[in-house]
Amino acid sequence: MSGLTYDVVVVGAGIVGAACAEECARQGLRVAIIDRDVIGGGATAAGMGHIVVMDDSEAQFALTRYSQQLWQQLRQELPADVEYEPCGTIWVATDEEEMAEVRRKQNYYAQRGVPTEVLDPQTLERLEPNLRKGMAGGLLVPEDVVLYPPCAARFLIERAQGAGAKLHLGSSVSQIGNGLVRLADGTEFSAAAIINAAGAWASALNPGVNVKKRKGHLAITDRYPGFIRHQLVELGYLKSAHSTSADSVAFNVQPRKTGQILVGSSRQYGAEHGEVDTGVLTRMLQRAQEYMPRLAELSTIRVWTGFRAATPDKLPLIGPCLGDPALFLATGHEGLGITTSLATARLLVDQIAGRNPAIPIEPYLPSRVPAEHAYA
Amino acid sequence: MSNITRDQFDVLVVGGGPAGLAAATCAAECGRHVGVVDDNPALGGQIWRGEVGKAASEAVDWYARLRAAGANVLCGARVFHQPEPEVLLAEAPDGPLELKYKKLILATGARERFLPFPGWTLPNVMGAGGLQALVKSGLPIAGKRVVVAGSGPLLLAVAAYLRQHGAEIPIICEQASWGSLVGFSLALLRQPQKVRQGFALRKQLAGISFAASSWPVSARGERAVEEVVISQSGKNKTVPCDYLACGFHLVPNSELAALLGCRLRDDLVQVDDYQQTSVAGIFCAGEPTGIGGLELSLVEGRIAGLAAGGSAPAAKPLFAEREKLRKFARVLDRTFSLRAELRGLPLPETIVCRCEDVTCSRLAQHTSWRAAKLQTRCGMGPCQARVCGPATGFLFGWAQDSIRPPIFPTRFENLITFSPEAERSEITGGRG
Amino acid sequence: MPEPITVTVNGTSLAVPGGATVAVAIVLAGAACRKSVTGETRGPLCGMGICYECRAVINGQLHCRSCQIICQPGMEVRTDE
Repeated sequence: MSGLTYDVVVVGAGIVGAACAEECARQGLRVAIIDRDVIGGGATAAGMGHIVVMDDSEAQFALTRYSQQLWQQLRQELPADVEYEPCGTIWVATDEEEMAEVRRKQNYYAQRGVPTEVLDPQTLERLEPNLRKGMAGGLLVPEDVVLYPPCAARFLIERAQGAGAKLHLGSSVSQIGNGLVRLADGTEFSAAAIINAAGAWASALNPGVNVKKRKGHLAITDRYPGFIRHQLVELGYLKSAHSTSADSVAFNVQPRKTGQILVGSSRQYGAEHGEVDTGVLTRMLQRAQEYMPRLAELSTIRVWTGFRAATPDKLPLIGPCLGDPALFLATGHEGLGITTSLATARLLVDQIAGRNPAIPIEPYLPSRVPAEHAYA
Repeated sequence: MSNITRDQFDVLVVGGGPAGLAAATCAAECGRHVGVVDDNPALGGQIWRGEVGKAASEAVDWYARLRAAGANVLCGARVFHQPEPEVLLAEAPDGPLELKYKKLILATGARERFLPFPGWTLPNVMGAGGLQALVKSGLPIAGKRVVVAGSGPLLLAVAAYLRQHGAEIPIICEQASWGSLVGFSLALLRQPQKVRQGFALRKQLAGISFAASSWPVSARGERAVEEVVISQSGKNKTVPCDYLACGFHLVPNSELAALLGCRLRDDLVQVDDYQQTSVAGIFCAGEPTGIGGLELSLVEGRIAGLAAGGSAPAAKPLFAEREKLRKFARVLDRTFSLRAELRGLPLPETIVCRCEDVTCSRLAQHTSWRAAKLQTRCGMGPCQARVCGPATGFLFGWAQDSIRPPIFPTRFENLITFSPEAERSEITGGRG
Repeated sequence: MPEPITVTVNGTSLAVPGGATVAVAIVLAGAACRKSVTGETRGPLCGMGICYECRAVINGQLHCRSCQIICQPGMEVRTDE
């Protein structure tokens, strides 16, 4: 067998693998990136592509904020096809109960240095005239961004390649661990560190890794420039998106740089196949149309599905795998992989290289989560 | 929200061209409740477009038979989704249609294959069938100079039609060689019907120059095409024109069949003796089973209609005729297969994906359709790769992605008209 | 032959043969249908509702395939040229 030796082998060329490879290569490590398909072909291609702060937990906030700042630093270097669009997010409140949540959020973000603006109904209507009339208001988070993830992943991989990393696409990995990555065709790579960044398929490579597939649907319209101007998210989002058992839908739309409107979102467990699920799609689009009645008449050109990598506590797994100190996990990012990819890469390479991390890493260490099935 | 119209049929036919008309007629004559749904403003498909009111057309006989048999016709309605087995959704001007069926016949026809060359995106560079369709839809063509180019028997039919309507045809450029065209002519001799058509066509085309091994190298013009550079016998020559009508034979419309899970091979829908696909109860007739022209479409449509209508034994006597016509279809394939030189037509800056304006050089950096699509947006526009898919298939050998609904762009609200009852209760809302 | 009907293309009234499609009206008006995403002018290509090159604004509705829609009296057509 041909022996290929690297400092780090990254399995998965999605946004997280790409970011890890880039960070490693920049540190002068010899890196190989392996993917069974194409760059950014999994959740990276299927997802919405936002860089957002979230406050579901302190750890989630810390990771999203840290990563958002890393994206801001990278902004000037991003090529045009990454379509970096600092449109901001508006959390839309339908009633007084949700306005209370708006104020709570504003307070939370203010204490942590994130600028926000509470919108009264008139301001919201002026900013987003296609929202249903009679909303209670909203919270504008102006530093949130949308971008086009497959090109962002390619950009990171190209930077890694510029620093000497080797890319192997169309190569299925059959086995990883103990410093060895074996491809289906028998090729073997040996590495001081292996990073499993295979997203929802991470547990197929390392049984016991506690990530589950969480299926999502998205739809995109033809080009209607100016129809919406911000990413819009309902405030029921938290309640529904993080209910860990039932299927759920939520209103979440984005203006793409093309003028297209990306419409989400849905979350399903236990769905293994990528086919469009008409029932879920219907509910998701109904929800969107409730918030935005004029969506009804827009030409919708494509619908697709994808699989998020979900963990039980809604935080990613970033760090060494139990039982194999040379095997690192960078997966479990659920719906926030684009946002948190850069921070994930930093925190992981901090661990590999023995650097001091910028934020506490404990909440993301794989050792915090009990493995789903013990290694039999 | 616009109201949904619900309808239920024993046999539903998608496509109202010759295959669909024959299928619907035969199924209705078996006493079945039949519906025909078609995207175009009227029945007839492309070949019989605009011939509804005309006498002395074979189309008129079929319309009369269809009416007499009592089939329901739903024109201007485009099928975009099968939300559950035995239900199709279609978009119509007055709102969506929910069409339930027991048996389904796919007669979705074919479209032209377009290949990119410099200038092919200029206004008035159209498909050969494309320009003919516009003329049939009312575009005056008298006195206009039309270069007809590309490949396939459609070029001759289009040239004859346009000339009959007053156009001047400076030249017809066929990329196939004389050698293969001679073989084609010999095959025609075995088909008396085709020979008669051929003679009629020759008369209509008398005096028009016809070049084999010839193709457009570029189209030029300011606001619209003004001249075409053609390659003829290895030399380039400039021909002034008002229109370039250019299509490289046909590709089947097999997207709906793929959505329904019917087995395809090389984009062709696989059928049994009775035109039934790999999915029980779903039949397919006409061009999606293999590009074979009008007569083959009619006979396949009749067989599918009889079989779906419950009179399969009555279809058996038609098998021999179909076999003869299929032989001819195989000759068509061989004759008009594309020569490799055409892969060299697009320059690096030539646009290949017209919806997203993706150039040839950007595509050439990628090794698969999926990589190219994700990185360049090729195929992500509203035509859903119906133009650039076959083109990149030829240029780069790329295979397409799997098919997902909606198979055509549709109004947002049309996607929420159907909700399976069973699932409604299981999915919580955003506040749930 | 059906009576000609009058439609408006980019603000100018125009008589078209009865039964003509909107794409035909646009070509008769000397207009192209749309601007491509990089700014090229485009007209109809396939003539049968497949290619979406003939998209135009019809009675205020964006992205209509003009080759598949028959002109109605008084129809207002706008092209993106």
